[in-house]
Amino acid sequence: MARHRFIPGFGLTLGFTVFYLSVIVLVPLWFLVLRTTSLSWAQFWAIVVDPRTLASLRLTLLTSFAAAAVNAVMGFLVAWSLVRYQFPGKRAIDAIVDLPFALPTAVSGIALTAIYSSNGWLGSVLEPLGIKVAFTPLGITVALIFIGLPFVVRALQPALEDLDPAVEEAAAILGAGRWQTFLRVILPAVTPALITGFTMAFARAVGEYGSVVFISGNMPLKTEHVSLLIIAKLEQFDYAGATALGSLMLAISFVLLLAINSLQWWTARRYQGN
Amino acid sequence: MVDRTAISRKLIPDMIQTAKTTEPAWMRTILLGIALLFLLCFLVLPLAAVFTEALRRGFGAYLASFRDAAAMSAIRLTLLAAGIAVPANLVFGLAASWGIARFKFPGRNLLVTLIDLPFAVSPVISGLIYVLLFGMQGALGPWLAQHNIQIIFAVPGIVLATVFVTFPFVARELIPLMQEQGSEEEEAALLLGASGWQTFWRVTLPNIKWGLLYGVILCNARAMGEFGAVSVVSGHIRGKTNTVPLHVEILYNEYNFVGAFAVASLLALLALLTLVIKSALEWKIRAEAALQVEEAA
Repeated sequence: MARHRFIPGFGLTLGFTVFYLSVIVLVPLWFLVLRTTSLSWAQFWAIVVDPRTLASLRLTLLTSFAAAAVNAVMGFLVAWSLVRYQFPGKRAIDAIVDLPFALPTAVSGIALTAIYSSNGWLGSVLEPLGIKVAFTPLGITVALIFIGLPFVVRALQPALEDLDPAVEEAAAILGAGRWQTFLRVILPAVTPALITGFTMAFARAVGEYGSVVFISGNMPLKTEHVSLLIIAKLEQFDYAGATALGSLMLAISFVLLLAINSLQWWTARRYQGN
Repeated sequence: MVDRTAISRKLIPDMIQTAKTTEPAWMRTILLGIALLFLLCFLVLPLAAVFTEALRRGFGAYLASFRDAAAMSAIRLTLLAAGIAVPANLVFGLAASWGIARFKFPGRNLLVTLIDLPFAVSPVISGLIYVLLFGMQGALGPWLAQHNIQIIFAVPGIVLATVFVTFPFVARELIPLMQEQGSEEEEAALLLGASGWQTFWRVTLPNIKWGLLYGVILCNARAMGEFGAVSVVSGHIRGKTNTVPLHVEILYNEYNFVGAFAVASLLALLALLTLVIKSALEWKIRAEAALQVEEAA
């Protein structure tokens, strides 16, 4: 079974790994599933189709999708600039792309609210133009763009670095314009990485809490992200409701995780095949 | 007869030079400008806002925000939670990477996927699962209440939630690193008569030290900054179960903006420090990898 029988510690390390994984992660998650299955279908369904739940699911999925789409475009531009262009301060800017990973979500939440509220740096400019950001779905989208950006940039950077310049040269010599080369040569080669980044940003946005709670205003039916609805249900000791929504969200993130993994598996196989 | 190769030798470099393998200069400037403006609005402004708001009433008011029993107890609790979660996940990461990278067994890929699971779970759900397990209405709740053990709305719950959300950080850095390095050096040490522990301390650990530090730095940043999961299990008892991020939320909701941003600025400084160490480590790891390639060649 073990590849190198004389390297010691197989039983000890694997035993501890499986034990610790079970205690911290698997058993608690299993209890969530168990708790959900103790609800009847009718009960589960009643929780999901409740107007407040539906409004919150719709809001969450739409804002998450919009934010991931913005990040797919802007994240591409940022990754492209970092890989292809030389400019002063490049290393610092490359490092700061990870800020949303490093900055606690509560801090980004209050900072974004401060900027976009009616007397904030950007809010005071946008509000006279009729664009209200804080306490609207647009504000939620802004927060979700913030936390999702590094996923797209970090997924694209290695893919762009791996592009063979000879292929672009060939396209250019064969008469393709720069735009044609981009659409026909570069974009298809990095599309799997782009989809991976998009999906990861989307998945993170669907489950986000900290950066959204301050800027959303949390009005039921209007600006209530599903994470906030779960917390609201918990605070009212509606454990059945929180459990049902929790496992629904868990199912969504597993589907997304599975999609990312199969995409990566498919890409790896396609390139090995060549 | 025309010497074709001579012509093509002369022509091709010219063609490659004129061939468009980059955008025209004006286009590059515009694209770079848009990218930098976007980063300025979405990343730099929020960071600057934290410090501006914190110092809005001067440096004295800024410092006064920390001379507060609740703030100090929040800092202590955050240090405690990170002080337990980071070493626990460090030991786990070492064990998991040794077991997974040094041996082949069925279900290995499944195990790697399961280790990554906490990253796929929303922070709110990470807290919820412990409430369902240990809370008053939870599976073990009545038993715990009988024995006077409180986990939810108490420090153990906060520590557990922190351990959960930072679970994969060290392991996911070390597993690919140790797989890539292979086990030849360890095998050599063992053949030369070193014990398992000696091999680990003298061979494995020096080889993985930068990757290990990298995982620990990221794990620590998340442990000290976690908000959603901790918020669900904490119960927000001031002076008892408030971590630094939860304290920021309370101050903010009380309209004590200077206080909230002052405490938040501590977390922002931690984030900046994390980013600096992280990029220094990335640079170091890349330099060492390049050196190894050179040595091999």
